[in-house]
Amino acid sequence: MTTHTDNLETAKYTGTRVERSNQEVADLANRAYKYGWTTEIESETLEKGLNEEVIRQISEKKGEPEWMLAWRLKAYRHWRGMDPPTWAKVRYETPDFQDISYYSAPKKAPEKKSLDEVDPKLLETFEKLGIPLGEQKRLAGVAVDAVFDSVSVATTHKDILAKKGIIFCSISEALREHGELVRRYLGSVVPANDNFYAALNSAVFSDGSFVYIPRGVKCPMDLSTYFRINAQNTGQFERTLIIAEEGAEVSYLEGCTAPMRDENQLHAAVVELVAHKNATIRYATVQNWYAGDEEGRGGIFNFVTKRGACLGANARISWTQVETGSAITWKYPSCILKGDNSVGEFYSVAMTTGRQQADTGTKMLHLGKNTRSTIISKTISAGRSDNSYRGLVRVMPKAANARNYTQCDSLLLGSTCGAHTFPYIDVRNRTASVEHEASTSKISEDQLFYCQTRAIRPEDAISMVVNGFCKEVFDHLPMEFAVEATKLLGVSLEGSVG
Amino acid sequence: MLQIRNLHASVDGKEILRGIDLDVNPGEVHAIMGPNGSGKSTLAQVLAGHEVYEVPEDQSTVTFLGENLLEMPAEERARLGLFLAFQYPVEIPGITNEYFLRAALNETRKSRGLEEFDAMDFRELLQEKMAHINIDPGFAERFVNHGFSGGEKKRNEILQLAVLEPRLAILDETDSGLDIDALRIVSEGVNKLRSPNRAFIVVTHYQRLLNYIVPDFVHVLVNGRIVKSGDKNLALELEEKGYDWVKETFAGATA
Ligand SMILES: Nc1ncnc2c1ncn2[C@@H]1O[C@H](COP(=O)(O)OP(=O)(O)OP(=O)(O)O)[C@@H](O)[C@H]1O
Ligand SMILES: [Mg+2]
Repeated sequence: MTTHTDNLETAKYTGTRVERSNQEVADLANRAYKYGWTTEIESETLEKGLNEEVIRQISEKKGEPEWMLAWRLKAYRHWRGMDPPTWAKVRYETPDFQDISYYSAPKKAPEKKSLDEVDPKLLETFEKLGIPLGEQKRLAGVAVDAVFDSVSVATTHKDILAKKGIIFCSISEALREHGELVRRYLGSVVPANDNFYAALNSAVFSDGSFVYIPRGVKCPMDLSTYFRINAQNTGQFERTLIIAEEGAEVSYLEGCTAPMRDENQLHAAVVELVAHKNATIRYATVQNWYAGDEEGRGGIFNFVTKRGACLGANARISWTQVETGSAITWKYPSCILKGDNSVGEFYSVAMTTGRQQADTGTKMLHLGKNTRSTIISKTISAGRSDNSYRGLVRVMPKAANARNYTQCDSLLLGSTCGAHTFPYIDVRNRTASVEHEASTSKISEDQLFYCQTRAIRPEDAISMVVNGFCKEVFDHLPMEFAVEATKLLGVSLEGSVG
Repeated sequence: MLQIRNLHASVDGKEILRGIDLDVNPGEVHAIMGPNGSGKSTLAQVLAGHEVYEVPEDQSTVTFLGENLLEMPAEERARLGLFLAFQYPVEIPGITNEYFLRAALNETRKSRGLEEFDAMDFRELLQEKMAHINIDPGFAERFVNHGFSGGEKKRNEILQLAVLEPRLAILDETDSGLDIDALRIVSEGVNKLRSPNRAFIVVTHYQRLLNYIVPDFVHVLVNGRIVKSGDKNLALELEEKGYDWVKETFAGATA
């Protein structure tokens, strides 16, 4: 089943206000990108190009165990025989993988990170991004792992977390210090040869975060990783692995930005979540990579594989994403619902403006009995952008009484954008129930005029309508992120919400 | 307060308002009646600043509180103190009434150099207003008109009126679709909001509303023109004789 709204052909319009609003949304989106600056810092960057020698060098720089190098090389050999995926509704020139550098790290990055050893320029960079890392200024309620190009530069609140037996560190550090844990789980949810970009990531991943929550522990604060791409002509390939043991709970947030550059930059991440019996993992992303300019020059190619496995009974994995950046987004955070009664959730807002293209959605794979999944997808398209929801709900023969509810809403701003919905449903158990609802709407003249008669300017009215449209998803974000997301969508209503 | 002179308005070359003159002074209530399609809502929308209507600014003038209304975008008219209660109020899913109304009130206050309300103070104000005009406190948390019944939407418009405290309120068929109790609540609300420096223009089809909200003047709009004005008795006469009577008696107007 495919529903398809190509606004270019089908949109009918009265008045010019919505056209104007289209421009206003584009302006808002452009104004919102205030992270386009670069940090002047001495970096050590590998020569462009990819071969086994490069992989050996990455592994060596990171002081990895032998098995890790072998794993990378195996992934690389797989990758060489694979082709980039072509089924998504996005158009781009395949990057020249030999024209990218696969590792770039600030020269003064410390081996063992204590904050005094971190280059002040790096601390400044993150402070400017709103992520202070210093003891006095760091965010109180959330522990942050800050990743700059290929390396993690600092992780806050590690001491408090360690007392509970929680491990929160960069994946490089985890490889050195908790090698066996990483080895057990790495690639267990997203196999190294899963897809073209996952295989590439497996071969060359540089850094990312590692989280381990022991049995029965509820993580006392939100954990967060902030990814910053700075160097030119480098790709960022981060790898995140989160493990929640039986009865554990954690809420994890991911943010990202990059400078404005005329060339496209590749970001191919892999995120794996493992939830054991009765464990809960909430994973939220606010993705704000540079989107390129109005003509579609530059911007990040965001090709990401995110997947979580509910291994035990009653496990729960919840993905919430707000995708506003990147020239191209190709991303399907998914859940494997293996444990009986396990729950998978996907709440997504994807907004595209200018020439952005997004093909994003989820996969819910029901394996266990009474497994439940919920998918709420909100897409907002403006400018000349293209925005697709692509989702798969698959119920396997043993998943008796599996339930899925899917709701896909599209909001169109203007007449030159496209919104598409590609829901795939594959049910192999008769007791399952799968529900799908979809809607497409536009911001109406009537809504804008109504707001205006209540003293609200049209551009604020647009923000308000968009914000209202996204409410169901924002409600699943932690407070600070909800505020950030609201701002990102250009909502200029100040004051404390709620 | 409001002076309308020779107001014309058209859509796609089709003339809907064909020369309207009207003066409204502070404290007055003007009722506007007239058959379906005669241009009542159009008049209300043109005054509120709907851009779909073309108004020939060389012929028509509208002055509100000394300002040239026709030059202003709708939001500025609202900030100046003009309010329109819609015949068909619009839904905004996901945005609570409370949030919406605070934004609206703060925009107005900001434009007048007044301090804005924070969330706590506004909540108090809103609760007061709801109690004052007998509105279910649950309205605050509901999304703007979303899933409201027709009658609830109309009551919500009156709540907005109470919060925004405009100088001139135009009510476009706020009585239609209301049951008897709601009609009483709405008109009592309006009466409580009457004041010597606030004026009302009340568009209605039913004399009954005017038993509750007693107008100072009644105007009959036919085919884009005010063909007759009088006091509240004109409404009774209309009710009795029907619009054909006006159309026939004032045949010139329908030509
Ligand atoms: N935006 C518009 N586009 C086209 N025609 C319009 C528009 N607005 C109003 N009209 C037309 O102008 C005429 C007057 O409409 P209006 O809504 O003002 O009437 P009314 O007096 O309020 O009627 P009712 O009593 O039914 O509410 C009608 O013929 C209507 O179809
Ligand atoms: Mg009308």
